[in-house]
Amino acid sequence: MKPQRMHLMLCTGTGCVSNKAFRIRQVLEETLAKHQLQDEIAVVPTGCNGFCAQGPVMVVQPDGIFYQMLTERDIPELVEEHFLKGRPLRRLMFTPSGEQEPVPRMSDIGFFGKQRLVALKNRGLIDPERIDDYIARDGYSALAKVLMEMTPEEVVEEVKQSGLRGRGGAGFPAGRKWESRRKARGEPKYIVCNADEGDPGAFMDRSIIESDPHAVLEGMIIGAYAIGASRGYVYIRNEYPLAVERLGIAIRQARDYGLLGTDILGRGFDFDIEIRRGAGAFVCGETTSLVASIEGQPPEPRQRPPRTTLWGKPVNINNVETWANVPAIILRGAAWFASIGTEKSKGTKVFSLVGKVRNTGLVEVPMGISIREIVFDIGGGMAGGKRFKAIQTGGPSGGCIPASLQDLPIDYEQLTAAGSMMGSGGLIVMDESDCMVDVARYFLEFLTEESCGKCTACREGVQVMYQMLAKICAGQGTGGDIDLLEELSHAVIDASLCGLGKSAPNPVLSTLRYFRDEYEAHIRDRCCPACVCKPLFHYRIDENRCNGCGACKKNCPYEAIEGTLKSVHGILQEKCTKCGACYDVCPKDAVTKIPNRMKTSEPRTAEELVPA
Amino acid sequence: MLKLKPEDLAGIRERMARTMSLREGQARAHVTVHMGTCGIAAGARNVMRVLLNLLEQQDAKDILLTTSGCAGLCSCEPMMTVEVKGQAPVKYVHLDEAKTAQIFESHVLAGKIVQEHALAVGSERVG
Repeated sequence: MKPQRMHLMLCTGTGCVSNKAFRIRQVLEETLAKHQLQDEIAVVPTGCNGFCAQGPVMVVQPDGIFYQMLTERDIPELVEEHFLKGRPLRRLMFTPSGEQEPVPRMSDIGFFGKQRLVALKNRGLIDPERIDDYIARDGYSALAKVLMEMTPEEVVEEVKQSGLRGRGGAGFPAGRKWESRRKARGEPKYIVCNADEGDPGAFMDRSIIESDPHAVLEGMIIGAYAIGASRGYVYIRNEYPLAVERLGIAIRQARDYGLLGTDILGRGFDFDIEIRRGAGAFVCGETTSLVASIEGQPPEPRQRPPRTTLWGKPVNINNVETWANVPAIILRGAAWFASIGTEKSKGTKVFSLVGKVRNTGLVEVPMGISIREIVFDIGGGMAGGKRFKAIQTGGPSGGCIPASLQDLPIDYEQLTAAGSMMGSGGLIVMDESDCMVDVARYFLEFLTEESCGKCTACREGVQVMYQMLAKICAGQGTGGDIDLLEELSHAVIDASLCGLGKSAPNPVLSTLRYFRDEYEAHIRDRCCPACVCKPLFHYRIDENRCNGCGACKKNCPYEAIEGTLKSVHGILQEKCTKCGACYDVCPKDAVTKIPNRMKTSEPRTAEELVPA
Repeated sequence: MLKLKPEDLAGIRERMARTMSLREGQARAHVTVHMGTCGIAAGARNVMRVLLNLLEQQDAKDILLTTSGCAGLCSCEPMMTVEVKGQAPVKYVHLDEAKTAQIFESHVLAGKIVQEHALAVGSERVG
């Protein structure tokens, strides 16, 4: 094989693909050929690099130069300047927000430098559709070690010692789960990978499968050996077509190499995996509902105990990220894994860091890192010059942690004690323009749609709570609402069978705990301090800033702005629907949002009426 | 496709070693061919071709080959810089196919600088 001198690691995770990464690949290859460079330089499609807000992303190796926001039109210059003449293109490099100089090397960019990759260790370095790339980076060596040198009991013990806890959200110790399944009687035994990932906005599992599907497969095969399973399923949501495709390719390649099927690696162990696709129900991420779905039943949770079975047989279900950690634990040892993280939360965790931070994307960090470090060091601080207010963790099952607790280490127990939870790894950063009551309302709306309906408390209770929050956000809350919300929350927690119901009240309880004053402002004062809930704030044109250009008036769809050219304009409150068009187009930032009932320093003019 | 045995995994890693060290940017020796417009006009791409062939023959896994822009000495093109880990970089000038091969054998592989083709040892001070 002719040696190459440069590899262009082009991200083809779904985020970058939606931004035309496949087209960029095509243009790159055509342009390289035009310059007769196609033998020296290869374009390697990789999975997600994590810096998704800056996509499409490409890393040039061996230089380690990081390019971002690539477009088709950039390619000719890029090829000629950097790949042919060796002069990296500064204008395509990443310049941190607020700074002047671009940072050429990936390892120097704050977003990347502070991460620690275990589950994502092959990120950006392999083509997920080539099994040889995976093997080249010690892939399937853990499986070989397990089959050659370890008994199933020793594998279980190693995973127990590592302290690996389920990464799907509940954080149950994986080794203990495997041990109980090893002991369980019944044939055949099953291994399942939960790739349903229903939390809105979460994409940790999708990223792992799109970027490194073999890590998950290897983990599952090792798990199968450990508990004595012969059949496996990956239950993956159908909304992930690229992940489904790459998983299918990986399974086929593993079978071709004898890493799945009969007599794996010639060691007499049989195990094979099938894909099952979910049809879009959030509840299918819950273990017992997932099993019901595989069996072809409607997805409703089942009572535990007795322990969950699949077709009456023992089954071990773990999350994608949990499986992806297994090969590293076997290869490097339980003690190494346990040396990372905190006392009760070992290893690393993949988070999707989104919201009002400058650097948004996917990050893997050691457990125990503080919220402050994630938001400010990795996230690059708050975007738009606003103040850090809270961070929402754990998706619809989690809660909001206020900025006053930003030195809290991220760890299962600490997050739960603070009223939230780790969940599957969503982190939404919020600033003063986020309304905490609206956040609770948003998650409850999601949960009312996703509740399976089996338990009255969840089905009716969450619905009632959502309706109460909707009323509060509409300015129709009444005294006693808060007490009722709290009472309902505890009832729903007590009387729900599964995690969906049991954690549904978390967004309400945690926002009540830390931001009760916002609820009171909504109910008592009919005021939304964050200016999100439309009936509870209004727009007002600042007469000191308005230059009378008339852009607001032109763009107002409801003719709710009055004014003549070059003189101060005013909003007719009775016509205004709070669409925000004037706020967006004003070149002078003269349109301000004012929470109702809040006194402003300027006297009110006659043409502006504040709703009572 | 062949069903793998555990020992086959090492073979695949071997075969992929050069690719992976390229992507990870690790190497014992780093050769930079200077390819500004002047370099290309003088024949730098030929030097690159020779080096790639030599790399293939040698089956070297720990040598990185990159390009850079014009090094400044346009009258001495084609030029290349050889940097072996732990030693100062050396600039070689007025290259042709024979000299390139000689430098590769002597300096890159065996660590011995080829004095007669070298311009200087070390690099410019920056800043």
